[in-house]
Amino acid sequence: MTARYTLARAAGATAAGLSRLTGRGGGTTIGGRVTLLVDPLAMTRAAAGRELALVTGTNGKTTTRTLLVAALETREPVVSNGGGANLPTGLTAALTADRTSRLGVLEVDEPFLPKVAQAVRPRAVVLLNLSRDQLDRYAEVRRLAGIWHEALSGPAAPAVVANADDPLVVWAATGATDVVWVAAGQGWTFDSTSCPACGDVLQRDGQRGWRSPGCGLARPTPAWSVTGRTVTAPDGTSYDVKLGIPGDVNVGNAALAAAAAGLWGVSPAKAFDAMARIPSVEGRYLETTYSGRPLRLLLAKNPAGWVEAIGMSRAEAPVVVAVNARAADGRDPSWLWDVPFELLRGRHAVATGERSRDVAVRLRYAGVDHIRVDDPADALRAAHGSGPIEVLANYTAFQSYRRVVRDA
Amino acid sequence: MPDAVRIALVFPSLLGTYGDGGNASVLAQRLRWRGVEAETVDVAVDDALPEQADVYVLGGGEDTAQTLAVSRLADGVLARAADAGKPVFAVCAGFQILGETFLDGAGAVHAGVGLIDCRTDRLPGSRAVGELLGEPAVDGVVELLTGYENHGGRTLLGPAAKPLARVRSGTGNGDGVDGAVQGSVVATYLHGPALARNPALADWLLSKVVGDLAPLDDSEEQELRRERLTALRRARAAWWRRQWRPPARGT
Repeated sequence: MTARYTLARAAGATAAGLSRLTGRGGGTTIGGRVTLLVDPLAMTRAAAGRELALVTGTNGKTTTRTLLVAALETREPVVSNGGGANLPTGLTAALTADRTSRLGVLEVDEPFLPKVAQAVRPRAVVLLNLSRDQLDRYAEVRRLAGIWHEALSGPAAPAVVANADDPLVVWAATGATDVVWVAAGQGWTFDSTSCPACGDVLQRDGQRGWRSPGCGLARPTPAWSVTGRTVTAPDGTSYDVKLGIPGDVNVGNAALAAAAAGLWGVSPAKAFDAMARIPSVEGRYLETTYSGRPLRLLLAKNPAGWVEAIGMSRAEAPVVVAVNARAADGRDPSWLWDVPFELLRGRHAVATGERSRDVAVRLRYAGVDHIRVDDPADALRAAHGSGPIEVLANYTAFQSYRRVVRDA
Repeated sequence: MPDAVRIALVFPSLLGTYGDGGNASVLAQRLRWRGVEAETVDVAVDDALPEQADVYVLGGGEDTAQTLAVSRLADGVLARAADAGKPVFAVCAGFQILGETFLDGAGAVHAGVGLIDCRTDRLPGSRAVGELLGEPAVDGVVELLTGYENHGGRTLLGPAAKPLARVRSGTGNGDGVDGAVQGSVVATYLHGPALARNPALADWLLSKVVGDLAPLDDSEEQELRRERLTALRRARAAWWRRQWRPPARGT
C-alpha cells in the first residue's frame, strides 16, 4: 500500500462526506473523482487481492449485479457499487469504501468495460445484451461490441459469462478463451439484423437460432438454457426459478448470475434461493401505494427496456409514462417511436416528465387515450380509476418518482 | 387517388436506429384521421421492395447497415418510384445512401443509389449532435422545420438537388442548408421523428399522393413545437451569455 493511495482514499472519503453533509449529493462520484485525482491508480490498488466480477450490458446491469451479489453473499461478504455509480469514479468509491470484502461484483457502464477490466483484472465478466441506448453519446451499438471484443480477446482475458442469444454479445465474447454461454434471451432484435463481424444479414430460424451466412458466426450451444421460468444448468438439472421481481427477462438475468456464481462454487439451488428473496432493486419493480392506490415503479431506459416494462405491467392498470431527456437519459427522445406504445391501446395513459409533450404526440399517433400532466405527483392523481397504477419511467424521471413515493 | 395509400417503410431493421420508422406511422395516421385508408408495409431486409407502394420512407442507420441497404436497393424499384413522382422521404443515413457517394465507417467511398445529386463525406470536427432548426426552402411548407440531428456526415448538393431548408440553428448538411429536394425525393437530417415534429411537412408529402388535405387538430404537435423552440432559444441565450463572460484576469 503506497502513501499516495492512502492519502487518495482519505481525500476521497472526506470529499464524499462533505458532499453528503452539504446536501449536494450522495458523494459517490465526487469521492471517487477526488481519489482518482490524488492517485490515478487508485482503482487498481483498491482491487488488488480481490476476486471481482464485472457486469455490463445495455439492460439489466443493476438487477443482475444485485442477483449475483445475493448469490455470492451465501458464501461471504461482497463489495458492490449501487446507485447507478457505474463509471470509474463510482467503482473506485465503492472499492475504497469497503476494505475487507474479498469478493466483489461491479456493474460497469458499457463503454468503460475495457478501461475497468484493464485496471481491476476481474476474474469474470458478465455480458448481458447490447441494443440502442443514448445514441447521442455512443452513436453506434456495433462500436460498443467492437471495443468489448478487443478488451476480452487474448490470453490474459477473464472468464466470460455471456448471453448466447444476442449476436452482438456473442461476437464480443468470441475472442475470449473461457466462455460460459447462457441462453438468456433476446427480446429486441432490431440492432442485430446484420452480422457484427462481417455485416451480412443474419439468418434467424424463428426460434432462438441465428447464423451469419457471410462468416459463419452463429449462436453457440448454451451451457445454461432458459425456457419460460425454467433454467437448466450444465449438468442437466432444471430449476423452477421463482423471483420476487417480475419479468421473464429477469429469469434470463438470474441464469447469467447463477452461471457467474458457479465460478465461485455456489450451487444453482443456493443461488436461485438467495435471488428469490429480492423484492425490488434500487426502487425498480417497487410495489408501494400512493394516496391509498397500489402503485408499481418500472424503469425503462431504452426501447428494449420499454418493451420489457410494458410487458411486465398489469394489463388493466392505467399507465403513467414519464420521460426526461437529460444527459443521463440521452438528449434525444426520438426512441419513443421505436417503442410499440400501441400495446397500451384500451388503457388510460398519463404523459409526464420533462419531455411529456413528445410522449403525448407519440401516444396520439399510437391511438392511446391519454392526457398530459407536468407535475409527477399530479400525474398519479390524474390516472383513471381507483385500482393499481403502473409507472413506467426512464432514468432521471424514475429518480423523480422514487422521491415522490418516498415523500408521500 | 388510390383506394388505400400504401406506405413502404424501407428496411426498418437496417434504417431505423433513431425512431425514424415513426415517419411512416405519422403519414398513415394523418390519412386515416381524414378518412383515407392507409397501410404501412415494413419491408424486411431479405424482401424485395414493393413496386406498388405510394410512398417510400427511409430512416437513419449505422455504417454497416448503410452499405447493406444500398446493395438491396440496387434493383431499381426506388428509382422507378421516384421517376413516377411517388414521394420518397429519407432521413440521415437514408439521405446519404440516396446520393451519388457516401463514406463508410472506415472512410472508404461507396456508390449510393443515385436518386439525389449529392455527395457525403465527413464533417470537419466532431459529429453534429443536437437540435436542428431550419427555415423551409420549398413552396408549400411555411412552418419552421424542427428536429434532432446526430451524424458525422457532410452532404454537399449538386445542381440538380435543392435544399429542403436553410439552417437557423444546428448543422444540417454542413454548409448552411439541410436536406435535399429532387423531384419527388425529399431528404433531411432531422430526427424526432421529422414528421412527428413537423406535421406540415408530413401533409406536404401526403398532398403529392392524395391532393389537398383538410386541416387536423394538431394542438399536441404545436405544443411540442413551441416547447422545443423555446428550449432552443434558451440554450442559445445561455450560449451567448457564456461567450460574453469577461475573460478571467490572469497575472
